[in-house]
Amino acid sequence: MSTDNQIKLPTYVETPSIRRDSMAGDGPFKASVEIQNNLGFPGEKVDNWQEVAINKMAETKSKYKSVQVFLDSCMKCGACTDKCHYFLGTADPKNMPVARQDLFRSVYRRHFTFAGKYFPRLVGAKDLDEEMLDDWYNYFHQCSQCRRCAVFCPSGIDTAEISMAAREVMNVIGVGQKYTNQILGKVKKIGNNLGMPEPALKDTLLDLEEEIKDDTGVDVKLPIDIENSEVLMVSPSADFFAEPHIDGLIGYAKVFHESGVSWTLSSYASEAANFGMFIGNYDVMREGALRIRKAALDLNVKRVIIGECGHAWRVAYSFWNTLSGIGGGAEDEYALRLQDQLDSNYPQPQHMIEFTYDLIKNNKLTFEKSNNDHRVVTFHDSCNVARGSNMGDIENGQFILPREVIKAACNNFIDMPKNTIKSATFCCGGGAGLLTDDLIDLRIKGAKPRMHALRKSEQESGVNTLAAICAICKSQFSKVLPNYDFDPYMVVSVHQLVSDAIVLKKT
Amino acid sequence: MSLISISLIFFFYISALIFISGLSYKIIQYWKTPAPLKIPIAPSALDKKGVFLRYFREIFLFASLFKANKWTWLFGWSFHLALVLLFFRHLVYFWPGEVPSILYKTEPLKYAAYPLIFGLLGLLGRRLFVDRVRYISAPSDFLMLIVFIFIASTGMIMTFANNHPNLLMVKNFASGLITFNWSELPGEIIFLLHIFPVFCLIAIFPISKLLHAPGIFFSPTLNQVDNARKKRHLSDWASKKEDDLK
Repeated sequence: MSTDNQIKLPTYVETPSIRRDSMAGDGPFKASVEIQNNLGFPGEKVDNWQEVAINKMAETKSKYKSVQVFLDSCMKCGACTDKCHYFLGTADPKNMPVARQDLFRSVYRRHFTFAGKYFPRLVGAKDLDEEMLDDWYNYFHQCSQCRRCAVFCPSGIDTAEISMAAREVMNVIGVGQKYTNQILGKVKKIGNNLGMPEPALKDTLLDLEEEIKDDTGVDVKLPIDIENSEVLMVSPSADFFAEPHIDGLIGYAKVFHESGVSWTLSSYASEAANFGMFIGNYDVMREGALRIRKAALDLNVKRVIIGECGHAWRVAYSFWNTLSGIGGGAEDEYALRLQDQLDSNYPQPQHMIEFTYDLIKNNKLTFEKSNNDHRVVTFHDSCNVARGSNMGDIENGQFILPREVIKAACNNFIDMPKNTIKSATFCCGGGAGLLTDDLIDLRIKGAKPRMHALRKSEQESGVNTLAAICAICKSQFSKVLPNYDFDPYMVVSVHQLVSDAIVLKKT
Repeated sequence: MSLISISLIFFFYISALIFISGLSYKIIQYWKTPAPLKIPIAPSALDKKGVFLRYFREIFLFASLFKANKWTWLFGWSFHLALVLLFFRHLVYFWPGEVPSILYKTEPLKYAAYPLIFGLLGLLGRRLFVDRVRYISAPSDFLMLIVFIFIASTGMIMTFANNHPNLLMVKNFASGLITFNWSELPGEIIFLLHIFPVFCLIAIFPISKLLHAPGIFFSPTLNQVDNARKKRHLSDWASKKEDDLK
């Protein structure tokens, strides 16, 4: 048996033999009555919860093609069984993607299919009882919705869709997760995940301006709520206070400064993250997107740009146009009201990496790359960016652009092993509402495949810096790296690398 | 006509009816259920041509499965390819009226029975001996493979072990099912054992995991174009939410 810290080469992670119930338990803390009610969910488990749950399942599968098709078309081939980082890290068979889906599918079969109604044992159909609900709560909160399994599924079945559907059903019967739902309440009330009010936000930005001035002697601004700016920048609120995120924010500011493009943050829409996706609730997710729409309209901006946040980019890139009309190519009045205002010469919304990449390609930025010579950098593809978005509107752009930006700012860049990056990237272990201390054991174990790959790159190429473009990845890595005997400060934002190497015009 | 012939003919039409009505129901259901959000999975296609190529790779080559697991791919792909080849081999029996000459040239396709049984035994072996795959297998998953193995074995016994039934009777019986011009089942029990489970599979198709065949075409992760920024994607139920905002 290998321990967590012991690295076996040349394989990165061995596929473990299954260990039943090794991650059995109560799951993360449950949301309080107040937290649940705040989002319009029942505060406690409702009396007729089985009936409500089954009705909700029926509704969900009638509204989501993905759920209906995925529940029917699994042939149990086993292709996904060794693809989930939580399975590789825990060996609990219910963390195999198909087995996780089967918690939901077995209930679907029992209640909605002929075979499951009349021959339940034959086809593995099960009732939704207390025990099953406990398994749902525990194991659907051991899924980071990273979609690595879906890349390998011959039917294209995406466990994230099932995981979101299951969390939605649980919320509707009054069984919600504290961490995610509490944060959603803060966004609703204050506008960002941290619950950071406007004055505190403005103070922070002023402090940062001073810090940059002290460092560089240049007046780099971090504007907020400036009407008629060219760009509305929406970044994850972690960028305003957390390490190493904040150095990324400084990087964005320096890039905007050099570009000469006017930009602004918004105190109303001070959050790119949208945890509504994690709980599979269209309305909650839409509400988050509508805040950005309102800010874009009120501030009368021409472009919307997103900071370094993985799932935020998936929501922005793939969902915003649908949810709130932030995008292009609409024909309806509602979306056009915003789209006519936005500059159609640029993709809407854009990722900060795309903005910086365009400037680099047009030779608008100057770098002193040797400033990063003490670093040997590798790049962690965040799952939502890698598997649920694009950049630059070119094939595989979401893999190419971040690497090109890093290479423009650094001399030493090395990729991690091939089967652990790009579309096959391993999740950091903290995505989709799992970045909470009550799940720390899961988070450490789930990081194992990524840590093994990192160890291999460290040993073979001397990698000492792990760059990421996701606020959750950065926080998760900072926390779990010491458990694998790495330096927690080796995590950086890609725009920190940019920030450290960019040469500012002294104007 | 013998009672067994009548029963089997009757069973065939029941199976066919379940197959056609059940499958139509499922396809219409998949077709009509909205996909409210764009969820293509990497490596996603940026245009319709890309989606077409993706399906070509998935349907004909099992590209994702190849990435996932080489053994499962080898067994699964051999099995499915052999199934297609053997379908063409069997057309000669079902073809009503005068048989096109090309169908008489399909005889070498009978050797596809070997990759068929190889694939099936491999898949069964994985279910039995790989602990992860054993864990996810329901009794029906084993049963399905066993039924296929049974069909393949009886077919091979007839073809390769010199136990041919009366082929003229087979032809008359099979094409009679299509033309409603029924005739007697060949007397050999092995033929009955071969054809009965085939009818069973036809019947359970729309209520079993065999639905993965139509399902793959409706997977939003595979069939969507990755162009969410360029074109607004809105389902009916989602667009109703905007009524009050207009």
